[in-house]
Amino acid sequence: MILRRPLLWAILLLAALFAWLPLRANNVALREDLILVAVAIILTSNLNLMIGYTGYVNFGHIVFYGLGGYVGLYLATVRGWHLVLAALVAGVAVSLLAFLFGIGILRLRGAYFALATIGVLVAVQAFVSNFEPWGRSTGMYVSFDAYAPLGGPRHALWTTYFLIITVMALSLILSLAIKSSKFGLGLFAIREDEDAAIVLGVNATVHKAIIYSVSAFLPAVAGALMFFKNGMIDPSIAFEYMLSLEGIVMLMLGGSGTVAGSALGAGLYERLRSYLLTSPRLSEFHLVIAGALLLLVMRLAPGGLIGWLYRLVPRSREVVE
Amino acid sequence: MSGILASMIDGVLIGSVYGLAAMGLSLIWGVMDVINLTHGSMIALGMFGMYLLFTAITGSSAYFLLIPVIAAGLVLGIIVYWLSVSWVIGRPILTSLLSTFAVNMMVIGIGTAIWSTSPYNVNFSLPGITVGAYTFTGNHIAAAVSAVVIALLLELFLYRTRAGKAIRAVSDNRDAAELMGISSTRVLMIAFAIGIALAASSGALVSTLFPFTILSGAGYQLKSFVVTVLAGLGKPFGALVAGVLLGLLEGAVSPFIAVSWIPLIEFGLFVLVLIVFPRGIFGRATA
Amino acid sequence: MTDLLEVRGVSKRFGGLLAVADVSFTLHEGEILGLIGPNGAGKTTLFNVVNGVYKSDGGTITFQGKDITGRSPDQVVHLGLARTHQIVRPLSGMTVIENVIVGACFGREYQSMREARATALEVLERVGLASRADTSARSLTLAAKKRLEVARALAARPKLLLLDEVLAGLNPTEIDLMITLVRSIRDSGISVFMIEHVMQAIMNLSDRIVVLNLGRKIAEAPPAEVVQNADVVEAYLGFPDIVDKLRGAQPQ
Repeated sequence: MILRRPLLWAILLLAALFAWLPLRANNVALREDLILVAVAIILTSNLNLMIGYTGYVNFGHIVFYGLGGYVGLYLATVRGWHLVLAALVAGVAVSLLAFLFGIGILRLRGAYFALATIGVLVAVQAFVSNFEPWGRSTGMYVSFDAYAPLGGPRHALWTTYFLIITVMALSLILSLAIKSSKFGLGLFAIREDEDAAIVLGVNATVHKAIIYSVSAFLPAVAGALMFFKNGMIDPSIAFEYMLSLEGIVMLMLGGSGTVAGSALGAGLYERLRSYLLTSPRLSEFHLVIAGALLLLVMRLAPGGLIGWLYRLVPRSREVVE
Repeated sequence: MSGILASMIDGVLIGSVYGLAAMGLSLIWGVMDVINLTHGSMIALGMFGMYLLFTAITGSSAYFLLIPVIAAGLVLGIIVYWLSVSWVIGRPILTSLLSTFAVNMMVIGIGTAIWSTSPYNVNFSLPGITVGAYTFTGNHIAAAVSAVVIALLLELFLYRTRAGKAIRAVSDNRDAAELMGISSTRVLMIAFAIGIALAASSGALVSTLFPFTILSGAGYQLKSFVVTVLAGLGKPFGALVAGVLLGLLEGAVSPFIAVSWIPLIEFGLFVLVLIVFPRGIFGRATA
Repeated sequence: MTDLLEVRGVSKRFGGLLAVADVSFTLHEGEILGLIGPNGAGKTTLFNVVNGVYKSDGGTITFQGKDITGRSPDQVVHLGLARTHQIVRPLSGMTVIENVIVGACFGREYQSMREARATALEVLERVGLASRADTSARSLTLAAKKRLEVARALAARPKLLLLDEVLAGLNPTEIDLMITLVRSIRDSGISVFMIEHVMQAIMNLSDRIVVLNLGRKIAEAPPAEVVQNADVVEAYLGFPDIVDKLRGAQPQ
């Protein structure tokens, strides 16, 4: 029973804290900090479904976020749809597209798949850069009156914040639910030994296509919300390869395969990144530090921080999932 | 001579540089079953290596400077090997992907800190050859010749020297090679270093052809992957030929399509080849 | 006696090598059918074709009256045909019971997690691994891993179980235990098709034996006849100790 699991309550508590803390003090700066952490958690926990649960490395994960941003922003501004509807449709559209792409590239194993995901990112970016209705390489802007149905820009910022928190909670709960489901068991079997899993009756092709598509949904919704909130989108900011890479660092740092790890890694790394980017001397070394961190984790603690916790306190495995 | 033909010939010339780059990737992949994700950054370092040597040693031909670049590449390869590859041999694919990837990030990060993302140039030109209405840039021809020479040297090394034969033995069957007294650790290290040196040398050649930034390696890395899967693993000379084919294809297509579509076409080709020819056109079974 | 598995004219080629050449035989419901042959005879390849890991280059495979030629392994398990591997393939990062639950969840009955857990406990009890249910599969001994392979396959509730050299690498005590297990599996209504090199065991266990040599079937008969078969003895002529075992392993 999912309700009995402590982590579910921890997730709800986390979401409540995120919602309450900036609201109580009407602290906009804190809200802006926390929204970045929330987005990092959304991206990382969904990436965990592919890397941690299924063992398939997705280097181009950010493509779902960016594409969701494009679809959502287009529907909300050019078509004048309500933001929530636009975001949901963006999620559905991007997951369907992911399913189609997935059927193609998921026949590839291991490293080939990883490389193909970079290709998907490059392909989508190239396409969008040349796509007239979405502004080609200039992108699109949100005019101020698009915020009117949400009560004006200031109100809209708070609304999007709460929506993002909801998506964050949903992402974590989704990871938790999959982990203890029969479908999740199939994914783990694929991760351990795909050929043995097939001989045991797991339809690997369908499992992989579904999880790839599922891992696209919430990031796409988040993308729609975020780019709408930020007011603009263009191919270079929507499909930042760097963000994909950082997602991987965050996941490995926290502990691939665990729900708590994805949240922890995202939270810690996001704080580190913010610090680095604002520090005058260290901002140039942001990428170096990320790389060094990943190398250290792979070398010393491939299970990440949560993996390390499991080794220190074996009983924690049951509670901290 | 028509414009398309000229473009295709030029493509063949540049393609040989793609082939050279891919040879490094293919060698490492074939010998130790490791996908070297530092490949792109090593190509970029080769570009900057040539730039630094060229600006430091005035009056020299860029092509002679290939020799120190290759030497530096070997040393760099040994360092990268110990950092991110020696301990991942035999481990799951994920580990080697992420460890080499981490080093890639570090190199790009350091490179960006030193050189930022502004474009650089190696201002060295050889006179071109004119046929009818078309001139083939001297640098392009020299780059192709250099690539072929290096490839031939590699073939000589692999087939005529003890070290080269040891590499091929380990590549075919590591256990059997060890039973025959070959130290596989040392062999893997040398093979990896050669792979990096090849990547760096291709970067050095590219620097004489086009302006470049620290990020330029990524595009050549994608091309290297396409070429490697086209050729199949562990057949370095096959990689050269496949590289030329890719260059030819680019040459045939570029007069008609905007440059930004080319990575897309290459990606499509990559996936298509993997699905239809899992063993590559020339090579043996893939990992 | 119904025919559970009918293999007709199956061949498998790898490049220039014809690993399995025009093999036909029948497996009757409720029997233990042995599969023997010198190394390289094509036994595991034949298994791989039957359960869908390889596509055959000709011939048909019929299971319970249904044509299963060309079906993928996961489809074949759902129809009631499970197998173990010659080189064990435990899902290392998972526990023993989780391994078996996978077998139950994705087997013939598509059980839910709860049903699968109950099935898993029952099966583990049967193979003698119940006390190790929560240990990681990676930490088991070879003999235990082999029993895990069998448990996983049993959890799929198959009608036919393909065992690939399930005795290899075991010591005499472990072999005896495994033989008892295989017999009890058959007695519970599951037919067995097994590849073995341990001659004594397979002669004793099997109701009938199929013999392969260089990809071709050279005999299909009860053990007593197979042992007298001149072709079979000749196939093993390079292996005098096996010939002795064949001659000495008269079934009781």
